[in-house]
This record gives sequence, C-alpha cells and structure tokens, in this order.
Amino acid sequence: MPAPEIVASLEARFSATPYTLGVEIPAASLLTALRALRDVHGYRYYVLGTGTESATSFEITHAVRNLESNDTLFVKVVVPKDAPEVDSIAFVYAGAEWQEREIWDLFGVTFNGHPDLRRILMPDEYPGHPLRKSFAMDTPWGYRKAEAPAPEAGS
Amino acid sequence: MSGGPIEVVERDFGELALNMGPQHPSTHGVLRLILHLSGETVVKAIPVIGYLHRGVEKLSEHLAYDQLAPVYERDDYLAPTANSNAYVLAVERLGAIAVPRRAQWLRAFVSEWQRVSSHLVWLGTLGLDLGGALGGGTTLYMYCFREREKLLDFLEELTGTRYHTNFNLVGGVRYDLDPAMVAKSNALAASIEAALPELWSMSGGNPIFEERTRNVGVISKDLAMGVGITGPTLRASGIAFDVRKAAPYDAYGELPLEVITRTAGDAEARFQVRMDEIAVSLKLVKAIADGLPSGPIFTRKPLKNPKAGKLPKGEVYAAVESPRGELGFHIVSDGSAKPYRLKINAPSFKNLQIVPHILPGGLVADVVAILGSLDPVLGDVDR
Repeated sequence: MPAPEIVASLEARFSATPYTLGVEIPAASLLTALRALRDVHGYRYYVLGTGTESATSFEITHAVRNLESNDTLFVKVVVPKDAPEVDSIAFVYAGAEWQEREIWDLFGVTFNGHPDLRRILMPDEYPGHPLRKSFAMDTPWGYRKAEAPAPEAGS
Repeated sequence: MSGGPIEVVERDFGELALNMGPQHPSTHGVLRLILHLSGETVVKAIPVIGYLHRGVEKLSEHLAYDQLAPVYERDDYLAPTANSNAYVLAVERLGAIAVPRRAQWLRAFVSEWQRVSSHLVWLGTLGLDLGGALGGGTTLYMYCFREREKLLDFLEELTGTRYHTNFNLVGGVRYDLDPAMVAKSNALAASIEAALPELWSMSGGNPIFEERTRNVGVISKDLAMGVGITGPTLRASGIAFDVRKAAPYDAYGELPLEVITRTAGDAEARFQVRMDEIAVSLKLVKAIADGLPSGPIFTRKPLKNPKAGKLPKGEVYAAVESPRGELGFHIVSDGSAKPYRLKINAPSFKNLQIVPHILPGGLVADVVAILGSLDPVLGDVDR
C-alpha cells in the first residue's frame, strides 16, 4: 500500500475526539507513512513510542500529534517474535530516539538505522529484556561483585 | 627569575571528557552527563539515565487496577497526585466508570496546589544551581521552601499526608473539602501570592540572573516539536499546547485557564513561564474553592478483593498536564483484573532528551543553568 493511501486510510478511520487510538500499518511502510504524516499532514509533534508483546509478535506503537488540529494518531506496526526488527524513525522524529532505545532495552526489538541503539534504563551489560512476559518477576538482578584490590606487597 | 615580559602560551589540550554525576548536586537526582569539552565549551553531551529505574511498568503487570494508583505517586515525586490522576483517568475511560462532578473539581484542586508546590521546589533548586549569582543561592531556596512548607501543612490537613497524598481512586477521590478548609485554602493562596514578588525580585529581577539565563539553552520551535518536549519547556518555545486546554480532563473544561507562553525558548523564558504558572494556579485554586459543586465524591469504593475488578478488553490513552508537561498512561487490557501492558509517557524523559541537542556550543557553567531550567525529575525519567 503506498503512503498516500495509508494516510488516507488513517484519516478515514480517525474521529474528531483527541486521543483516539490507533491503526495498524505494514512494517515496510512505516517510514514513508510517518514522513508523509509529518511533512504533508502536519503531524510534527512526537508523543510517545511503546511496545506490547503478544504470543507471536511485538506491536510497536508510535503516537504523533498535529498541534494545529490537536489530533493524536497512534500508528502501529507488528513485528514477528522470531525476527524482532523494525525500521527506526529516529531520523524522522528526533524524539523517537530514546523511546526506541527503551523498547530495545525492555523488549529486545531491534531498530534498523537507529543512530545509537544502546540500553537506556538497564545496565549496559544486562543480559535480559525485562518487559518480556517470559522474564519472571523474581529474576535476580545479577549485580557484579566488586573485586577487592590485591593487598600491596610488603605492607 | 628575570623581570622579562610574561609569555602566555595557549596550548590545545584536545577534547576533555568530564563526567558529571550521577552524584552531583546540580543534577537534581541521579543523572549522569558525560561532557566532552574543548576548553570551557561543551562539544558533546551524553546523558546517562536509568540509575533510578525501579521497573514500575513491569510491576504494573502484576498488581490489580485498584492497587496501582499509589504506586505511580512515587514516580514523579514532586507532583504525586498528577501521576495517579492520569492513571485513574485511563482506567475510568477503559471501564466507563463515572466520576462525580465534585470529585473532578477536587482532583483539579489538589493538582493545582501540587503544581504550585512543584514549581516552588524548581525555583528553589534553580537558585541553588545558579549559586553565587543569587547571593549564595540558598537564600532563594529557603524562601521557596518556607512557602512550600505552608502548602504541605495544608495538604497534610486535607489528606493526612504531606506528600504522597493518595488522593485519587478509581471513580472519585478519597477526601472531601469542608468550608473551614476552603477558607484555609483561600488564605494560603493569598499568602503565597503575596510572596511571589519577593521571590521574583530574588531571581528574575536580578541582573546577574538575567545574564546567566538569557539566550542560554535556546530551543527552537522545530526542535521542540521533533523531540516532543512538553509542558512549560514547550510553551517557552512559543507553542501554546497545554493538555488542560487541548483535551480538558477533570474540571478544567469549566475553569478559566490561561495558557502561558513565551517565544524566546531560552532558560529565561522557561523561568518566566513557570513563574507565571504559579500565579495562574493560585487563581485556579481560588476559582475551584469558590465554585465547588456539591454532591458525592466517589461512585465506587475500592474493592475488598481487587483481583475481582476486571476491566473490558481494549486499549486506552489518557493524559494530564503535570507540572512538567503531558503525563500519559497507555494501557493495554486483556480483560483481566491487571493491566496487560502499561506504558507511562513521562514528561521528564521527553524533556531530558533535548539535552544532547542544546548543550553543545554552550559553556560548562551553562550546563547547570539549562538543566535547572528543564526541571527534570529523575524518578519520572527512569520510572
């Protein structure tokens, strides 16, 4: 589906009340759709990015807002769990950079083309992705034990 | 030594990486900044966050809806009621739970008082950040905390708690306002309003303060929108967006609300917006106290067995204007008594993201002034 049609379908399903929730678009059209939303339709304000896990996939949600008409659009893409990868929109909306880092950190979804995809909330060397449903609440934190310095010779 | 002319040699030492925080007094909590410096000029700034990450979103998936509101009051600890307000709004929208009109007014009442309290803490700590420029800095801090102390006493009398008021519950509020408290609220508003010129003369009226904040940390309109900064920080860049006006919740649709904006986008503009917001909030609490409708304050009591309180399947987003900006809760429900997924759209997280964009090119001394003007709360950033 080309970008103008996506936007048209987005707008067709959009009602006048603020904060109407989302529409799903194909992952391959994410960048074109958001560029069109930003440049053509005035959705220049980035609201939030979040992820939701389901049995077989991750749902990535980006919310953008048109500050003139005061409409907020929730744009969703679904990525399969066995290959959790999606295009980064950090170059379209600078505000997505940290939100995408957070989703990578907590869910383990890779964002292709992200300028600086590192952990943001958890420690850099942390092994898991805590917001996955398979991550148990009682998982140990896994702090590293500080190594005691060796005693100086002759003292 | 001979008495020849003193030769000044300027050497280029290259870039110096300076680690500021996480235990630095002017980072307002546990924020770490890695500053790359060339002399006194910041070349690159990398914020490192997560030191206060408590996994609130994960915890949310393991507690029932009725148990969660007090948990979020610990997120943004300078305006706890705003957090629980946004959360209960989202749950009420999802479950189509009615809220009495009086409760909606009372929610706005406590939110506005906490906005005043939060802005007073911000002003005091900004004074500390700018330090020597303001007569040691602690003077302004103490004057702000003197006013805030009266306010906390008032909230304690109203709710039993000075801080984490636990005021909001799903379907209403917990505590009612009696005529004696209304009188106290009006007297308190008048006394804080009388103190505002004094606070202003110690900060905005000071020429050194002007020098430290004017044209410092300028955020342009385009950058503000792309990064998605919010609240007073956004309004100081000339964008008149306020959730209270744009998507009225609680009683804000019926209240005379003035949206304060400035166009300069620098630290001074952010200071002015917050100062004016204190006055606006004081007007609002007076308007609420005078026009408070009568009636019940809740439609449903907290359940004895919270796990029985199931909500319909669906997805919802509700936001409030916290003192730091748009604070939203995005809840995905699978029809059980616990959220399937809950995302907190934290204003401080979004505002802090502007830091790598505006620090480069400025001086080291400006870093603390800019951070202070952004007013991040690290509990809100890291959740």
